[in-house]
Amino acid sequence: MSSLLNSIDLQYVIGALVKIAIFWIFIMLVVAYTVYAERRVLAVIQNRLGPNRVGWQGLLQPFADLLKFIFKEDIIPLAVNKWLYILAPIIVLIPAMMVLIVYPFGPEVPLPFGDVISQTINDLTAKIGLNWNVDLRTINLYVTNMNVGLLYVFALTSLGIYGIVVGGWASNSKYSLLGGLRSSAQMISYELALSLSVVAVLIQAGTLDLTKIVAQQSGWFGMKWNIFQPPLFLPCIIAFTIYLISAIAETNRVPFDLPEAETELVAGFHTEYSSLKFALFFMAEYVNMMTVSVLATTLFLGGWNGPGVEQFPWLGVFWFLAKVFFFLFLYIWLRGTLPRFRYDQLMNFGWKVLLPAALFNIVLASVIGVLFL
Amino acid sequence: MKEYIPVLIVFIFVAGFAVTNIVLSHLVGKRKDTRAKLMPYECGMDPVGSAHQRFSVKFYLIAMLFILFDIEAIFLLPWAVVFKTLSQTISKPFVFFEMMIFVAVLLVGYIYVWKKGLFEWNRN
Repeated sequence: MSSLLNSIDLQYVIGALVKIAIFWIFIMLVVAYTVYAERRVLAVIQNRLGPNRVGWQGLLQPFADLLKFIFKEDIIPLAVNKWLYILAPIIVLIPAMMVLIVYPFGPEVPLPFGDVISQTINDLTAKIGLNWNVDLRTINLYVTNMNVGLLYVFALTSLGIYGIVVGGWASNSKYSLLGGLRSSAQMISYELALSLSVVAVLIQAGTLDLTKIVAQQSGWFGMKWNIFQPPLFLPCIIAFTIYLISAIAETNRVPFDLPEAETELVAGFHTEYSSLKFALFFMAEYVNMMTVSVLATTLFLGGWNGPGVEQFPWLGVFWFLAKVFFFLFLYIWLRGTLPRFRYDQLMNFGWKVLLPAALFNIVLASVIGVLFL
Repeated sequence: MKEYIPVLIVFIFVAGFAVTNIVLSHLVGKRKDTRAKLMPYECGMDPVGSAHQRFSVKFYLIAMLFILFDIEAIFLLPWAVVFKTLSQTISKPFVFFEMMIFVAVLLVGYIYVWKKGLFEWNRN
């Protein structure tokens, strides 16, 4: 504890805060425009237009929606358990967003005008008596690289389940309760397959630090991704498949959107929520979609690695975002294409297919690891 | 320990955002309560009974099973991380069979609960 207190210095804290704020704004924009993209792409799939009135091609629609959410009536039904009801959306959103500090957005990149900016900051802080020595000529595109990064992500994403259960129960509505129960059962069932599937990658990478997992995949002109990298490419491809399926189930999306199956449960666990409380649940769902996409990119598809990254480090950000946006598009595509599972099919698939497959994959990965590593 | 400080910062940042949102919707949105609006939603009818009723014990069993298997995952992840280094420093067969015995024991338990019918979701 004392070593923690000693290591706190103002420069580091402020630097982290600035980075968090920038990444947070970026993620909020991604969330807003994923919702917009979802509505437009679904519209195209279903042969209609979608929102195209607010701004050019409807590009200002997310901001109109935000204003609408703010000015909607905040209904707290009489039968609810008031404090838990208010607390639930907060419990869902906080862990979903806390994950952003370990996203590896890109390699170490040169900042344009970095020397001028750092000189200005050093001069300004010297005037108020602080002895700062800021060096912004190159910056890391992550907030922190803790050595338990992957465990941190897993721990936080599973905390979100509490908010869903609490919200479903505190609403005191039958739809909410059923939605909350289904959601928690589904999420814990698929979380097993999800966390077991990454073992193949960990044997290959030998670390839980997300930045090091990405660094270990650089080479081959940026194509040394874990799903191509010998000797463990076969277990990694199987793991990637298992991961992708369980990630879709984890985020409660089609074809696993049982918790909010609108034809039978109205809206599932957030039936009784309105205005910004509903918006918080909504945001958390999309941030979670982004998190599992970032993890899929980082663990299996080489993160920011791609052709030309060695020469132009900023290109890494492009590759990273291209891969993440591909997964987000995949989510929308699936929603426009697939019907919903029945509940028993969902649980059977999770426990009888994905879990044994993940266990088998671990055995396969360790056999190959023993023979060839 | 320095790299863990951002966890605290981001927690305060995000919690502040979430609480601001809750307070904002409480202050800004206009309110007009009616009896029907404050009822739990039940397809337009008056709700029948309380929603805090008993539910299937299967949810409880699934939660128990989850804890067991998740503990297994907690053992497997560190093992996978040190797989390379341990197989170089100690010996490959040791690292391999240690975990295979563990997985085998777990597999026996898994087959047991399957045979007991815990995964039969459409059974009455």
